[in-house]
Amino acid sequence: MKKIPFQTLSLVTLAAALLLGACKPKNAGTAVSGDAGAKAYVAPGKYDEFYSFVSGGFSGQLSVYGLPSGRLLRVIPVFSVDPEKGWGYSEETKPMLNTSHGMVPWDDLHHVQMSQTNGEIDGRWVFGNGNNTPRIARIDLATFRTTEILEIPNSGGNHSSPFITENTEYVVAGTRFSVPMDFNNGDVPINTYKENFKGSITFISVDKEHGNMDIAFQLQCPGVNFDLSHAGKGKSHGWFFFSCYNSEQANTLLEVNASKNDKDFIMAVNWKKAEELVKAGKGKKQAVRYASNRWDEKTHTATSTIKNEVLVIDVKDHPELVYLIPCPKSPHGCDVDPTGEYIVGSGKLAALIPVFSFDKLQKAIAAKDFEGEYEGIPVVKYESALYGEVQKPGLGPLHTEFDSKGNAYTSMFVSSEVVKWNIKDLKVLDRASTFYSVGHLMIPGGDSKKPNDKYLVAYNKITKDRYLPTGPELSQSAQIFDISGDKMQLILDFPTIGEPHYAQAAPADVVKGRSIKFFDIKANEHPRATKSEADAKVIREGNKVHVYMTTIRSHLTPDNIEGIRMGDEVYFHVTNLEQDWDVPHGFAIKGADNAELLIMPGETTTLKWVPDRVGIFPMYCTDFCSALHQEMTGYIRVSPAGSNVPLTFHTGK
Amino acid sequence: MKRTFLTAIILSVILFACGGGQGDSKPAATDGASETPTTSTGAPAYDPERGEGKFKDVEVPETLDPALAAAGEKVYSMKCASCHKLTDERLVGPGWKGVTLRNTAAWIMNFTTNPDEMLDKDPKAQAQLEICLVRMPNQNLNDDETRQVYEFMRQNDGVK
Repeated sequence: MKKIPFQTLSLVTLAAALLLGACKPKNAGTAVSGDAGAKAYVAPGKYDEFYSFVSGGFSGQLSVYGLPSGRLLRVIPVFSVDPEKGWGYSEETKPMLNTSHGMVPWDDLHHVQMSQTNGEIDGRWVFGNGNNTPRIARIDLATFRTTEILEIPNSGGNHSSPFITENTEYVVAGTRFSVPMDFNNGDVPINTYKENFKGSITFISVDKEHGNMDIAFQLQCPGVNFDLSHAGKGKSHGWFFFSCYNSEQANTLLEVNASKNDKDFIMAVNWKKAEELVKAGKGKKQAVRYASNRWDEKTHTATSTIKNEVLVIDVKDHPELVYLIPCPKSPHGCDVDPTGEYIVGSGKLAALIPVFSFDKLQKAIAAKDFEGEYEGIPVVKYESALYGEVQKPGLGPLHTEFDSKGNAYTSMFVSSEVVKWNIKDLKVLDRASTFYSVGHLMIPGGDSKKPNDKYLVAYNKITKDRYLPTGPELSQSAQIFDISGDKMQLILDFPTIGEPHYAQAAPADVVKGRSIKFFDIKANEHPRATKSEADAKVIREGNKVHVYMTTIRSHLTPDNIEGIRMGDEVYFHVTNLEQDWDVPHGFAIKGADNAELLIMPGETTTLKWVPDRVGIFPMYCTDFCSALHQEMTGYIRVSPAGSNVPLTFHTGK
Repeated sequence: MKRTFLTAIILSVILFACGGGQGDSKPAATDGASETPTTSTGAPAYDPERGEGKFKDVEVPETLDPALAAAGEKVYSMKCASCHKLTDERLVGPGWKGVTLRNTAAWIMNFTTNPDEMLDKDPKAQAQLEICLVRMPNQNLNDDETRQVYEFMRQNDGVK
């Protein structure tokens, strides 16, 4: 007989006890049944099956969780400063958060996309969108660090983003808030929305080798609210689909005024056609300002470049470029099934889910089967593009993911459930309650050509009583369902960072082999790197003092510095000389208004410090590194301005 | 309050777990209403005229109490007006014109103070939810405020 670990047995017993009570509920915990505990259990020291990358929403960051354990593996700083890691505080990372508005220390990271090759997740990069000050970030999965942030001009509320094409040719950014174009006068009355406000859809090219992003072109569209999007795949590769609401073009009390029309639209964009137009010189170069921030792995330093021009194509001048499909009612999710044939629009105020057919859409376009125009764009007849409708799916459909067996899973915000339905016959197969009010949901690969459909995670908007109370503010809850059988089974709850919107996940093997363990010190090209203790030094350049410091278990070199004067700006360029995995050192100095540094092995990072008073200032390593970590300290002496204390430094004299 | 809300949710979950709602095309929000709980005597426990909550027989005189209505208007301005107009026009929730003609005092006062449970049980409340798609939050009115707001509703419906 195979030996069953004790922990598993006790979990099964616990789960069985829960099951016995299933029909006589006492509390919300009894919603869990059967072998749920065992299914989510990953033994100590064992790895999870999947990496999941979960948007942090208003935290601005990206969190990494293991599935199915729900264990938090990492929080990667993206759009928000993170003093713990010196992100946005170190001299090297400050340029990453630069924008045309200057340094913006926060954003609202809504959606996550992992890069794909041939429609399958390839594990190279993760993209995330900044919703507030429109930006796209790229996270490199070799280092699990944000290595690029690109600002999007002509946009306000970068929401239908950062969805990608099946070979990561493009990342898109659709504006949620239409605004006057940056190159036009924006000083107009707000109630001239219909006349002056436009919606931009931005196509950003991604360099195949390095991942670098550049704006290829922007489509200038009617002023509406673009909400979500997904690329076509397989047969529909070359097309992109965007949901939009507020076809009423309201500019106040949208809650009411943008909910009047029975149907809004899904906009189908033929981006191959757009490429042809660009090649034929049809776009117009417009003067704008936006920041392109890139991280250089060799110098461990970011550079921010302000760019001044973007290529804009006005869609109304090119009738074969975009088409509108009527979609009931205020569509939110816009999801394409693994075959690329079915496009699911989730009208958040609709009592049904429409499923559109790519083939039918193409026929309707060829036959010019239009019901009219909207702001110069042809509107395809609803029935001509419709495959069918899922009737009475629930209340408040938001998002849909897919499995590999021809089924779709739609989140229902108002009725607080996940509904599983069959794409072919449009019949509801199963429904599972969520706690409470699910927003996005995610199946690993569930929006790609190749879903890996073992688990589904629901990201809930309302937590209420799921965990021990923590005052008025609660962590948002996520719930994992086992979807390997016919019926969805809730197996785990876990709290999350910020407010997760979308997430992506991939089998661990797709990602883990890429993860590096440290930076090669020989390859460190930071201009102020110190590659041996012998090279540690302190150099005065006017009132700027550069400290070339090294760290190794367990001392700072130099650790005694004198001759700093009031009025000086001191730059600590700290190089971590370690060349082993998981030996970061930290650096902090008393009174610094500039956070700390965490320096990975082989890396050089800089903290700027302006002393505010005369005296002795201790500094120390903040990351417990060895048995003598408490000894990894030093002192700096600050003297009055004009003092003749000579500049000296040493360790161990 | 919270416990009853939870119970309703658990009830629907358990109905599901025990096979009561699987594959059903009905929204889950109405599942709770599909099996009407009964008392030990077999009579229906839920009274759709009264709703569910602490108010049973509310004594309402024929004429208006203007002071009570004025106090209700103050509560309305702070806790209700963001979502409810005084006309019959829907904002977030339904407009209030005629609300006292369509519902008993007890129903309105129970819904005001116990919206979660009523949204899970009451057919009229659920019909409104399908239109408005926003569950009315519990604004935590106390009993006096609830009665004051009801008087203000009566005034809005023309009671003198």
